[in-house]
Amino acid sequence: MFDFSALTNWIHAGLLSFMPEWLAVTTECVLIGLVLLTVYALLALFYIYYERKVCAAFQCRLGPDRVGPMGLLQSFADMFKMLIKELISLKHTDKFLFALAPYLVILASMLAFAVLPWGNGLQIIDFNIGIFFLIAVSSIGVLGILLAGWSSNNKFTLIGALRSGAQMVSYELSIGLSVLTMVCLAGTMSVGGIVEEQRDLWFIFSGHIPAIIAFIIYLIAGTAETNRGPFDLPEAESELTAGYHTEYSGMHFGFFYLAEYLNLFIVSGVAALLFFGGWMPLHIPGWESFNHIMDYIPSVIWFIGKAVVISFIIIWFKWTFPRLRIDHILSLEWKYLLPINLVNLVLMVLIVVYGLHF
Amino acid sequence: MADIQERIAGQFPEATFDTSDVLTVEIPDSKLHALARFLRDELRFDFLVTIVGMDWVEKMGCIYYLQSTSDHSRIAIKATTADRENPMLHSIADLWHIAGIFEREVYDFFGIVFIGNPDMRRLFLSIDWKGYPLRKDYDPSLNPVPTENERQSDFTDTYVEHSDGKVVKEQARVFEEDDFVVNIGPQHPATHGVLRFRTAVDGETIRKIDVYMGYIHRGIEKICEGLTYPQTLHFMDRMDYFSAHNYHHGLCMTIEQAAGIEVSRRVQVIRVIMDELSRIASHCLFIGTFCMDLGATTMLFYTLRVREQILDIMDKTCGARMTFNYETIGGVMQDLHPDFVKDVKELLAVLPANLKEYDKLFTGNVITRNRMEGVGKMSREDAITWSVTGPSGRASGWACDIRKTHPYSIYPELDFEQVVMHEGDAMARFKVRMKEIEESAKIIAQLIDNIPEGEIQAKVAKVLKLPVGHWFRTVEGCRGAFGIYLESDGTVNPYRLKIVPPCLPAAAAVDHLTRGQKIADLITIGGSLDYIVPDMDR
Repeated sequence: MFDFSALTNWIHAGLLSFMPEWLAVTTECVLIGLVLLTVYALLALFYIYYERKVCAAFQCRLGPDRVGPMGLLQSFADMFKMLIKELISLKHTDKFLFALAPYLVILASMLAFAVLPWGNGLQIIDFNIGIFFLIAVSSIGVLGILLAGWSSNNKFTLIGALRSGAQMVSYELSIGLSVLTMVCLAGTMSVGGIVEEQRDLWFIFSGHIPAIIAFIIYLIAGTAETNRGPFDLPEAESELTAGYHTEYSGMHFGFFYLAEYLNLFIVSGVAALLFFGGWMPLHIPGWESFNHIMDYIPSVIWFIGKAVVISFIIIWFKWTFPRLRIDHILSLEWKYLLPINLVNLVLMVLIVVYGLHF
Repeated sequence: MADIQERIAGQFPEATFDTSDVLTVEIPDSKLHALARFLRDELRFDFLVTIVGMDWVEKMGCIYYLQSTSDHSRIAIKATTADRENPMLHSIADLWHIAGIFEREVYDFFGIVFIGNPDMRRLFLSIDWKGYPLRKDYDPSLNPVPTENERQSDFTDTYVEHSDGKVVKEQARVFEEDDFVVNIGPQHPATHGVLRFRTAVDGETIRKIDVYMGYIHRGIEKICEGLTYPQTLHFMDRMDYFSAHNYHHGLCMTIEQAAGIEVSRRVQVIRVIMDELSRIASHCLFIGTFCMDLGATTMLFYTLRVREQILDIMDKTCGARMTFNYETIGGVMQDLHPDFVKDVKELLAVLPANLKEYDKLFTGNVITRNRMEGVGKMSREDAITWSVTGPSGRASGWACDIRKTHPYSIYPELDFEQVVMHEGDAMARFKVRMKEIEESAKIIAQLIDNIPEGEIQAKVAKVLKLPVGHWFRTVEGCRGAFGIYLESDGTVNPYRLKIVPPCLPAAAAVDHLTRGQKIADLITIGGSLDYIVPDMDR
């Protein structure tokens, strides 16, 4: 399996040969930033196209098919439209917070990209509390949503923001606990370590029952975290017109829109990391030749492929289920998911202690 | 009826009777409330169909149409006042909740003040409107097209009668002083049109809703007074645009019966098939939009598939997908398209599979059931006092289908069930409509194979004049009982054409049903009542 660290080390060595180390590191940071921005934009565009096509298929439609072959350029056209639209400034709003909010939302998803295991050796930063960092930064997003709702000086946005606050704070718990369950099995919080632990068998198989329970809970909570249907209450279209981003226009709205899709990717990416081995190919103990063939598929494709498949499930949710009500959402979390999660954590601990996993 | 007349005469010696159409009891205003209470409590006329405001020039007044929910007989009360400067009648808003809204409509159009009505604002017209448009001496030049925004008021008037007989105008607040009021509408995806709910909320919980109507009020009743009878028909498409055929049918039937025109059996059959096709299309759209309100967008496309098929059938025969203008006085505009029978049979063939699919996709879903079961519970009494007819009323256990209670056209010969459920919640309202699609399909299946040959247009005078008199007829629209009150003075124009829409009571009942519920429930309840704004606003 190709190890990308060879490539990164070569770039590092190349840079060091004609500049001091501090400058080399700074240059690398800038380069990574640029690459990240590009990947970010391309992924968002892909996801918009992907969701529109999937949703169209569910609804017996064709979806975008006019711009470019099979409508592939549709999202680019949309992006340009969004970029050239006017940013309407409103009276009686808190201008600073109003402008800050979309950046906070996008910042949160951007930071989370830093620890995703993109491929073998292809990780921006791999440190010992990677997964903890990821949970920490992804909860900054709710701050942006709350600020957006509050600073717009609009009753719909305010209700949307309050809903979002209640919902995100609750579901953060479930995400945290199901991540903790898997960390328990992995024995490390380092993202690289978690992937490495799944060398022989993905956690969803090796952790069997508690891992599957954790996966289902993670998927539900992850959908709620990304504010997507059936948990899209903060922006419940038929109730609050557009919820917290009702008053935003142009690229400011675009940021919320992008962040929504990127969060979808992050949630699926983390699910891929925790349950399906991150970039690790499908290995089955004993099937040597099969494992060998699997290794030929590049690790980046493995990771993105898994994330896209898991996203498909989340998109499937959205286009099938009706929306929940706020009290149902909260009781689902506090009365069902949380207790199940806690019991599941204990179960996982027992399984790990007694070595009952594969 | 003679027995009832005797009992009323015994109790109210000052009452006079008119039996030319529905038995009408004329009573002085002072006894109006007592008579209404007597009719409601003693004689079981417990359903207030409508209040028709009237201006007979020498006097003004109201006709109250009452109906018994047990034997479905009708009676009317007529109360008049000769005072044109300050016309006043006593309110019956304490007897029927819906009377409060009906009286506001009469006040809006005729300026008759109702003593004791707690909320005497205009209903459709703007707060600064001058004069009362349905009075015969109204001058339209008083109200030029406004160039400024409509003024808003947080206050309402009530007229209280003191013990010495003096009537005093008092002011009251619509909301509490520190209520957090959210405007849901007029531009909102879930109000199904330009309807505005001023919603006082406490967090997510609704405290009170003030329904603000009239954004799409076109004054159809007023316009009709200047048109000939065939011209008035065209407005029937433009109220509840999904019940266009049914409403057309209603007005045509009223005029035909008034003029004594016989229509052929072929026309009757075509009309009934069209009515039932409209009902299927309308209920399909209801299922789709209602699911979309709840956030299940995909269902919309599945239901639109069936609706498209029906609209194609309509398109072929009527030449339009909406606003068909198909029924005429004495017949229909043109004969059925040669493909009609084949197309309808194709539709009937795919319908059961589609309904099954809706059930599988939506009804059994646990989120759906949580959102709908027990939400917006309307008891039978509530449905009656708010006059919520149609599928919504039938979901509350009130058998109010006009096709059964006051059979018209060829409905008595047909074999179909009146769908009644007893839960009264949003789920029941949803299920009633699902079942009604099946019943409508059953009706069409009985007729489609034996559409008799015959004339599609009876002989009707070129210049149609109706004899002097008044008629009140109802038909079952897709959303409930649609009524026509027609008064003729013998000329080519109607003297008064009052339209009784089923959606007005449904929207008026929203406040009652949503109190103490969540904002999300407002959408569920509003969606499940399935009102159409142009219908209530006229």
